[in-house]
Order: sequence, then C-alpha cells, then structure tokens
Amino acid sequence: MRQGWIVALASVMLVMLVTAVPPASASQSSVLFLSTQLRPIEEAEKMRQSILAGYPGHVEFIPVEPVPFADRVLAETRAGRVMISLVGGVHGDFPALVNAGALQPADDVLSRLADRGFVPAYVELGKLGTPYQQYIPWMQATYIMVASREALKYLPPGANLDSLTYGQLKAWGENLLKATGRRLLGFPAGPKGLMHRFFQGYLYPSYVKSTVTHFRSQEAEAMWKEFTELWAYVNPQSTSYEFMQEPLLAGEVWVAWDHTARLINALRERPQDFVAFPAPIGPKGRGFMPVLTGLGIVKSAPNPEGAASVIEYLTRPDVQLAILREIGGFFPVIQVAMPADLPAGVKLAAEAVAKQSASPNAVPSLLPVGLGVRDGEFNRVFVDTFARIVLRREDVRRVLDQQAEKMRRIMAEAKAPCWPPDEPSTGACPVL
Amino acid sequence: MRSERYLPYLLLLPSIVFLAFFFAMPLAEAFWLALRAGEAGWSLENFRRMASDLYFGDAARNTLLLTAVVVPIQVVLALAMALLLGGVRQGRDVLLYIWSIPLGISDLAAGIVWLSIFTERGYLNSLLHALGLIDTPRLWLSYENPLGLFVSVAVAEVWRATAIVLVILVAGLQLIPKEYAEAAEVFGATAWQRFRRVTLPLLKPSLQTALILRTVLAFEVFAVVLTLTGRNLPVLAGEAYNWYAAYQVPGVAAAYAVLILGLSLAATWMYLRLVQVKPEVTTS
Repeated sequence: MRQGWIVALASVMLVMLVTAVPPASASQSSVLFLSTQLRPIEEAEKMRQSILAGYPGHVEFIPVEPVPFADRVLAETRAGRVMISLVGGVHGDFPALVNAGALQPADDVLSRLADRGFVPAYVELGKLGTPYQQYIPWMQATYIMVASREALKYLPPGANLDSLTYGQLKAWGENLLKATGRRLLGFPAGPKGLMHRFFQGYLYPSYVKSTVTHFRSQEAEAMWKEFTELWAYVNPQSTSYEFMQEPLLAGEVWVAWDHTARLINALRERPQDFVAFPAPIGPKGRGFMPVLTGLGIVKSAPNPEGAASVIEYLTRPDVQLAILREIGGFFPVIQVAMPADLPAGVKLAAEAVAKQSASPNAVPSLLPVGLGVRDGEFNRVFVDTFARIVLRREDVRRVLDQQAEKMRRIMAEAKAPCWPPDEPSTGACPVL
Repeated sequence: MRSERYLPYLLLLPSIVFLAFFFAMPLAEAFWLALRAGEAGWSLENFRRMASDLYFGDAARNTLLLTAVVVPIQVVLALAMALLLGGVRQGRDVLLYIWSIPLGISDLAAGIVWLSIFTERGYLNSLLHALGLIDTPRLWLSYENPLGLFVSVAVAEVWRATAIVLVILVAGLQLIPKEYAEAAEVFGATAWQRFRRVTLPLLKPSLQTALILRTVLAFEVFAVVLTLTGRNLPVLAGEAYNWYAAYQVPGVAAAYAVLILGLSLAATWMYLRLVQVKPEVTTS
C-alpha cells in the first residue's frame, strides 16, 4: 500500500519535471524592453521609476550585458517565440542582430518622427549600411577627461585645459608625482574598463589619424613609446579600474579619462571639486569618439506598436532632457536647447563634450563598424598590444608586427571595410 | 511486487534526469565546442589558440600555484580547528556557526570584502597608517607587485573556503567512536600518538572527500581573483570567461573548460590513489 503511494508520488513529480509548464507570455499591452545600456543599478532604477514612469503604457525595462543580450534576442528569434519587443544598445550591439535578420526595419517609425531633428549622420549610422532604418538614434555619449581641482595648480606652465596636449598631460603627471610622491593619472584599464576605446578613438587618431590601416606605422611606434613614458605617472591600480568616477571620488587619482556615464557621479556629487575638459591633442589633432546608442524593434515582436510608441516617447525633447538631467552621462541625439537649470555636474560634462566635438582640429572616430562577433577580438588586439608594450615592456616594433597580423586576420574574416578615421576602402580594411 | 523492485530506480530517476540535463549535456557540448573549428570539422585549433595565448602560461601557472598553496593551508587549518572544536565543551555550536559564516557568503561578495581591505584607500592601509607604520598608502593590488596580488588572493581564498573543509572534517571526527582514543590512552599513548595513530587514519575517508572537493573547486577559482586583481593575476576559469564574454570565441572558452575538467579528474584520481582508504575503515 505504502509503496504504491510513493510510486504514485514519484511518478507525479517526474511528470511535472519533464513537462515543465512554459512561462506565461507577456500580456499584449506591455512592452518588454531589453537594453545593453543603463545597466548600473542606479541608472536602471531611474529609467524605470522616473523616465519611463511618464509613458502612458507599461514598459518592462531589462538591462543585460551585451553577450546575453544578443544571445537572448537571437535565441528567441530562432525559436520563433519572441517575447522582446524593443531593444536598445550601442551601435556595435546591432550588427549581430541585423545579420541574423532579427530586427524589423523602422523606416515608418522614423518617418513619423520627422519633426525631431535627429543628427543626420546618426540616422545614417542607424541603417548599418542596409537600405533600411535598423535602429532609431536614442542617446549619445563620449569620453572626456575629469580632474580634481587640487591638481590644477600643478599644470605645466603655459598649459590650458581646453587645449592640453599629450606631452603636457605627461608633464602634468610628472609634476603631480614630484609634489605628492604619488602617481595620480588614471585610466580604466581593468577587465570591464573601456581602455580599448582610448586606444581606438583617442590615442591612435591623435597620433596616427588611423586605427586599422596604419596600426603598425612609424607614427604608431613613436606613439606607444611616448605613452609608455606617460604611464610612469599613472596609478598602477589602473589595470583594475572600471569606472573612473570611483578612484576620482576616493582621491586615488586626480586626473582621469573615461566615458561620460562613468565619470558623471564624481561631477554630480562634488561639482565644486572637479573640472571636466576635452581629451588631449596629439600630433595629428584631437582624436575623440562619439558613442551612439539606438532603439530597434524585434521582428515578430509581440507588441511592435507598443515598441514604436516607446521610441516616440523616448525621443521627445523633454524626455531626452530628462535622461540627461536624471542619468547624466548621455546627451540628446535631437536638436534641443540646453536648459539653464541643468545640475552643475551635468553642465560641466555637457560643456566639455561640446568643446571636444567643436574643436577645430578634431579627429572624430566611430566605434568599430561591421565586425560583428569579432568586435571582442578586435578590442583585444589593442588591449594586448598595450599589455605587452606598456606593462610587460616588450619590443614595440615586434609587438606591433605580431598584433598587426592578428588585426589583418580579423579584418579579412569580418570583410569589414574601413571606418573613420581610416580612409574608405573597397573590401576588407587593409592593415599596412 | 513489481513496483517494489523498480521503486529505487524510479526515485533515482528525477536526479538522473536533472544531472543529465544540467551536467552531462553541457559537458558533452563543451567537448563538442572545444573540438570543432568552424566548417573545418574536428580539430585541435581551439586548443592551439588557447595554448598560444598571451595569458595562457600565466593562467595555468597561477591556478596550479594557488591550488598548491591554498589547499594544504586550508586542510591543516581546518584539521586544527576541527580538533579544537572537539575539545570545547561549552559554546561549541556557537563557535562552529561563526567559523562557517564564510560558507554562506558568495565568492563575489567575499572578493569585494577583501577588496575593501586591500585596496589603496582600504582598511589595511588605514590601519597601518593609524599605527604609524606607513606614511603614504601602499599599493597591495598592483600589477607591479605580483607577490602582493598572489598573497591577497591566497588569504581571501583561505578565509572563504576553509569552512567547507572544516564542516566535512567535523562530521568525520564525530563518526570516530570515542572508545578507540580512550583505549589508546589506557595503553599510555600521548596526545600526539593518539592523533597520529588513531584519529588521522580513521579520518582518512573524510580527508579524501575534503581534498577532492577543495582541489576541484580551487581549479575553478574565479570571482575572488576577478574582484581582487582584475586581469593582473590571470587564472584558467577567468580566461575561459574572457574568451566567452569579452572576445566572444566560445570554442576557446570551451577548450579552457575541458582543460579544467582534465585537471580536476587527474587530481581526483591522484587523491583516490594516494589517500588509500582500507575497506575496514569505510565499513566501521
């Protein structure tokens, strides 16, 4: 008797296990919004509780890291059971989705937003080289410098923050070391830091005016030698830094370069203690990298109309300004006048960003385009080159030649044509 | 009575299904991923890329060194703590609870706790400064100070994972009948002799379990190293993560996973051979 009971129970449990009930699908009225942006918990909370709170419908905002982001969208598309309606990410998050045919062109959404005044270059980027609008521009950001006011009195003579050169940055670091006995420059060279963008969008364009084609040129060799000298004044904990606002607030570094969204807390919390200024200038000009984020609609989405109306909402002038005011590191992608009542820290960042992009010797670079899944390997070429030359002191020429070989393979496999600041190419971008 | 004969299998089935889904299948998949190279079919290309990588040598060396340093320290410490506990009459449970607190803390949280101690503006530097031992903060976690990095990780690992060995050994000690030690005492054995000749041999099965478990886990060390050192002290599991998440090359990540599996199997086999348990011990 008793055994029979247990057998029955075990069988029931087994049946429950193997025929696991699928999760209930999201209700039609709600929009599931997957994003690689606004991941830090404070930013995600602000997005949910203040930005999206003004939207008339229900939006479920889920920020995830880039790899699970692509994995999930592609898995849902392949399985034919799409739950996500809206995706948000940086430009580089989209090619993988477009190549897999996971996005629904958004030309009709864009045509309804004609009065927004999007930056035309950004609209073009949103097509990803296809005839259709794959994403609608959402927010923009860039990388700038922030320094503690205490550091300003050690600026080398004749140096001006708005036209600082890399040579002067090195001299500044040297002065700081002499005065304090500490290495007070800082870079986000930790595992999740954005140091690769410094090489791709700032150092290489400023010294070589190229990131790919002239990767192993004479100029690049001289650049790495100079940067190794500068590194003598960089806090060695930089190889674990990820968001420079933290070491700045802790006083571990006094001068730092990073993404605006990763510096903004220092500026917001203590605007009286910090200054923000454009990236330094090299022999070929002021290299800098604008970062564009966009919004796309997933093909066979359960709620495409909802997704389109969330895009309409997020690109409204007042919402774009609310994002800037509340979250801080991301700037509008539409034509809108900056209000006078911005928080002091946000204003500091906004001024530095404006100065950087308006500078007459600017060398703007794009985030890598068309590399798809090889994006990570491409970033790695720069990070490994840095580790070998600057941290391990290997021979510069030999490292550049070996890393150029890897770069050549990646470009050939991805068949990616050159993007600015490199000259346009027919076929894969050459590595000379 | 058919049902009675099949009952044990039926009851085991859910766990077998579970293991098949969550362990056997991913395992097979890892081998599959590691041994395929695009359209080229079966190949060792992923292993070649792994072995020729900039960080592979350091990662393999650091993982093996960490295991070789941390596991013996943990076993000796846990053994001492377990024996101490045996001698405590009052408050034994309280002590055991306190000692096993690190067990309840995630690796990542443990890493963050120790980061707040060792970082430039951390508790260690504050303490040393307050005691007047240093003027400016020392950098313990810098790539220029590999010994400091290694010691920090080893200390954090010993703190975090000694408790698991302790719990196994405490359980093992409780299984040893008191009569053996009492008999030895009657025959005039010293405390050291009782430990060496009575306790230790009878504890062998537990020691074997603890060693296998700790060593396998030590090969997988990841979150503590990542939080404390970033990439400054590469380890195998960390490289697997980097290849998967940062470079998006799952094949090489799988090759690392297969390597870790191989190391774990080798270590388990070694312990089964070296720490031989006589049948009479297991059945007593």
